[in-house]
Amino acid sequence: MEALFGKTLNELTALALELGLPKFTGKQMAEWLYQKDIRSIDEMTNLSKKNRELLSSKYEFGLVDSTKVQESIDGTKKYLFPTVKGKFVETAMIPDDERKTVCVSSQVGCKMGCLFCMTGKQGFQGQLTAGEIVNQIRNIPEWHEVTNIVYMGMGEPFDNLEEVLKSLEILTSEWGFAMSPRRITVSTIGIVPGMVTFLNQSEAHLAVSMHTPFDDERQRLMPVQVAYPLAEVIREIKSWDFGRQRRVSFEYIVFKGLNDSPRHVQELCKILNGIKCRINLIRFHPIPGTPLEGTDENTLQRFKELLNDKGILTTIRASRGQDIYAACGLLSTKEMLG
Amino acid sequence: MPKAEEYKNKPIELSEVTITQNQEISPEVHLISWKRTHDFVPGQVVKITLDPAVPPRIYSVCSGNDDQEISVLFNVKEDGILTPRLSAVIPGMKILVTKPYGSFKDGKKPAWWIATGTGIAPFYSMFRSGISENKTLIHGVRHLNQFYFEDELEWAMGARYIRCCSQEQSCNTFPGRVTKYLEELNELPTNINYYLCGKALMVVEVRDLLISRGIPYENILAEIYF
Repeated sequence: MEALFGKTLNELTALALELGLPKFTGKQMAEWLYQKDIRSIDEMTNLSKKNRELLSSKYEFGLVDSTKVQESIDGTKKYLFPTVKGKFVETAMIPDDERKTVCVSSQVGCKMGCLFCMTGKQGFQGQLTAGEIVNQIRNIPEWHEVTNIVYMGMGEPFDNLEEVLKSLEILTSEWGFAMSPRRITVSTIGIVPGMVTFLNQSEAHLAVSMHTPFDDERQRLMPVQVAYPLAEVIREIKSWDFGRQRRVSFEYIVFKGLNDSPRHVQELCKILNGIKCRINLIRFHPIPGTPLEGTDENTLQRFKELLNDKGILTTIRASRGQDIYAACGLLSTKEMLG
Repeated sequence: MPKAEEYKNKPIELSEVTITQNQEISPEVHLISWKRTHDFVPGQVVKITLDPAVPPRIYSVCSGNDDQEISVLFNVKEDGILTPRLSAVIPGMKILVTKPYGSFKDGKKPAWWIATGTGIAPFYSMFRSGISENKTLIHGVRHLNQFYFEDELEWAMGARYIRCCSQEQSCNTFPGRVTKYLEELNELPTNINYYLCGKALMVVEVRDLLISRGIPYENILAEIYF
């Protein structure tokens, strides 16, 4: 049966009219779906019993429960949600003082094949619907406390652009979760057409997985470099007016002896010149069979200082949930393999 | 800097070209060609669309850099936006393409080219451009009729052209997937380059296998169809 959860206001209104219900039923349904603590159509009590029965004969509410939760000693939780063909997606909830960030997946598996990524080893299994994306926020116990959302879980968001944009609409609309887009960051490896559409149609922040400023190195880490070279990604970003509120950041996993040298700092300064941005340095959590190693703590700190000294705001992302298969894709791959 | 409204109208660098050929070289697999308007390096890609409102898709060039035409090879995806329409183009029709670009390039160093399905396109381009002398091509498909350009490759590359077929058998093919073929080799040369092209899972599996067999990851270059 088709789910109501994940539909936009326009879609809900259209289906209400199709069923012969008043137009305002669409708005009523949206509020029940995205703003209240109910789990069934029968609990939508401002709809008549007859109309609820009519809706229930065609649709289901559509929340999907997680099948597994792991909690780290640092409070990070990882939820596993079932999707198609016995596969799973991961969602992380990362508490940090007053802030509670949820890291959502946008695809089942991934097509991008980055050398350092566990999710890529599953191959691509399918797209998540907007409902399945938003379900990862709505259907965790902390959903009322969520302050920030990052699309940095499994999959490449801009390879599932339509559903990702729809999920953003649900999250940021008054009739939906009514979250500020400034509390949402969508991360991409640089699918340029999707990135441009996202910049046009959403106001959420953008994060770009860079990992090295050099083409030949990036090509070996990230096959996408062949189709969408970093230079093209940077050129598009440079041509965009981000205004005062919107942020662009670059994600940079620091690998030992690969991308952690002063030469990399120099090149980063060169290619990012003119972009008001931040670099997030990320510690590498090794995955099985990887030829890559994370850089040591001293080099990481030095790298950060060099970038900050050059005027590029650079931070080191705190590693969280390391005791619960923190690297994205590890838990779901383990579950998939039984 | 452009504001959002101006940016929406930013033109994509597409030029109109005229189709000269559309061959269905295997069931649901087409090779379309147009007169070459730009030079390219074998291994490069072009973006193609039929309609400026539809975002272009990326295809590897599948012709030699001395050929008069540029060709691309593609599978028709039933639910695809572009390929069903592209498969129906006839000579004389116009399509929109970008200049060739990309960095999936081979040099003089010995290399193994490993492809599945239409992932053979960049390697066929390299072969047609005369850079196959010290290369070995391993092509994996499901059915025997998917060994595109087989006669030409067999004649020119001989034993350096290895065919793996996972669902049918014949006397000159390895029975199984390319990963199985590689697994069964006693030794893999470690001082050559490996070029991989195909779907994500094949590329990731082959790359992992090569790395586990001692190939430095720096020697592996991949292009993924997505």
